[in-house]
Amino acid sequence: MKGEYDLRALSLDVRAVRYAYPDGHVALNGVDLSIAPGERVALLGPNGAGKTTLVLHLNGILPGAHADGASGTVAVGGLEVRAGDRSCLAEIRRRVGIVFQDPDDQLFMSTVAEDVAFGPANLGLRGAALAERVDEALAAVGMAEHRDRAPHHLSFGQRRRVAVATVLAMRPEILVLDEPSSNLDPASRRELSEILRGLPVTLLMVTHDLPYAMELCDRSVILDSGQIVADGETTDLLSDADLLARHRLELPYGFAVPAARGRMNRHPSSIGGEAVTATRP
Amino acid sequence: MGAGHVHPLHLERGSPVHRLAPEVKIVATVLFTVAVVATPREAFWAFAGYAVILGVVAAIASVPAGWLLKRSLIELPFVALAVLLPFLASGDQITWLGVTMSRDGLLGGWNILAKGTLGVLASLLLAATTTTRDLLAGLDRLRCPRIVTQIAMFMLRYLDVLGDEARRMRIARLSRGDDPRFLWQLRGLASGLGALFLRAFERGERVYLAMLSRGYTGRTPAALSADGAATTGQWAAASVVPVAAVALAIAAVLA
Repeated sequence: MKGEYDLRALSLDVRAVRYAYPDGHVALNGVDLSIAPGERVALLGPNGAGKTTLVLHLNGILPGAHADGASGTVAVGGLEVRAGDRSCLAEIRRRVGIVFQDPDDQLFMSTVAEDVAFGPANLGLRGAALAERVDEALAAVGMAEHRDRAPHHLSFGQRRRVAVATVLAMRPEILVLDEPSSNLDPASRRELSEILRGLPVTLLMVTHDLPYAMELCDRSVILDSGQIVADGETTDLLSDADLLARHRLELPYGFAVPAARGRMNRHPSSIGGEAVTATRP
Repeated sequence: MGAGHVHPLHLERGSPVHRLAPEVKIVATVLFTVAVVATPREAFWAFAGYAVILGVVAAIASVPAGWLLKRSLIELPFVALAVLLPFLASGDQITWLGVTMSRDGLLGGWNILAKGTLGVLASLLLAATTTTRDLLAGLDRLRCPRIVTQIAMFMLRYLDVLGDEARRMRIARLSRGDDPRFLWQLRGLASGLGALFLRAFERGERVYLAMLSRGYTGRTPAALSADGAATTGQWAAASVVPVAAVALAIAAVLA
């Protein structure tokens, strides 16, 4: 199963996912979302929209094996998530790399290198192959010289970069970041965006930081009340003041969205409107 | 709380004792302590022998005596009991410099003081020459249940995080005029501790989710703790300490 990819398969294919928490609160109410390989997509939405719940569905942590209020399917790189199937879940968790919002939640080993090794070691790698993964991931986020330090001695920005490395080391199909820019100073924020832009993976970024979404992602989707209410080019969505207001999203004071088609040519592979058409009806 | 960047009980040196594998040092320390505890309290010469053994190990490990003594102050509360015992215990009374003491109490006090001090010094030597990380790796290789070593590992990792959180909450409380100098003002502190517990609990859940997301299946992957296991030579070298201690203990029992 491992390593066999259908090259035409979508990186992420979420269909009609519905989920209610045990207390009856419906968090997701029929979510459809498709992301093609190599795309960078921002998932926007107000607090309580169901963003975190959706993220936990992507690698099969939700729904549990015996959840009553759950329906719908999630497939990653063509492999469907089957709750309760351990080997399937292990492969799904390799393919979906989630970077959580608080790096202290993600970094729990005694040194940076050990923490980065945790994921691939769980995949069964050892010795030279394991060391290679660690070096590669730390180099990708520019943290190679800090490999033997304790995570809690690093700055917040460095910790977030190490958190990205911990999932990169598993060579994921899709990288999912929960609020990647939160609590970062402007320089760390820019460094992280440069790193993210250079990674050869599909990216789904959950954020309230609309300028950051625009900087990194050509395509955005808005999730509100458990449903995808908009899906299109980031500049188009962010220029639509009514749409943003309806879903409690706001641009920072003084920020103006550049003209939709006149942007700098940042992503040669995805200029134009292809990103919008990636969503299935 | 908040130990800072260097652990206060560890002393960074490149000595042969520091280079020994951790499991070897753990076993040696435990056996040494058992030998000390098993020694009859009247065998004063044996305790002097144990002290010499510790002194030699400290010298090889280049741990200064002052450093050890300062940290052995942790023993003080027990010493207080040892000092009181001669006056509190009953039995034969002896008089020394005009003070009447119980003979049994005197020996009991000496027993606590000598064995306690030797035990504390031995543990301090272990801590000084072994990082907490290595200690856990050593326990793991000694087949200590994984669940125990993992709990200890997480405690070490998150103690600083929790300490920081507690500090921030305290500063926020003081900034709003809280000044808990008297018992009836402790309400803020108490509810703060409750909040801290809840935060720790919730963080535990988030950490677990993050671990699951990286393929955690209930045990730390073996590949992460494979290197650096003890060689036969190291076992042989380190066994000198417990062998000498056990020999002293046997001699003391037979004497």
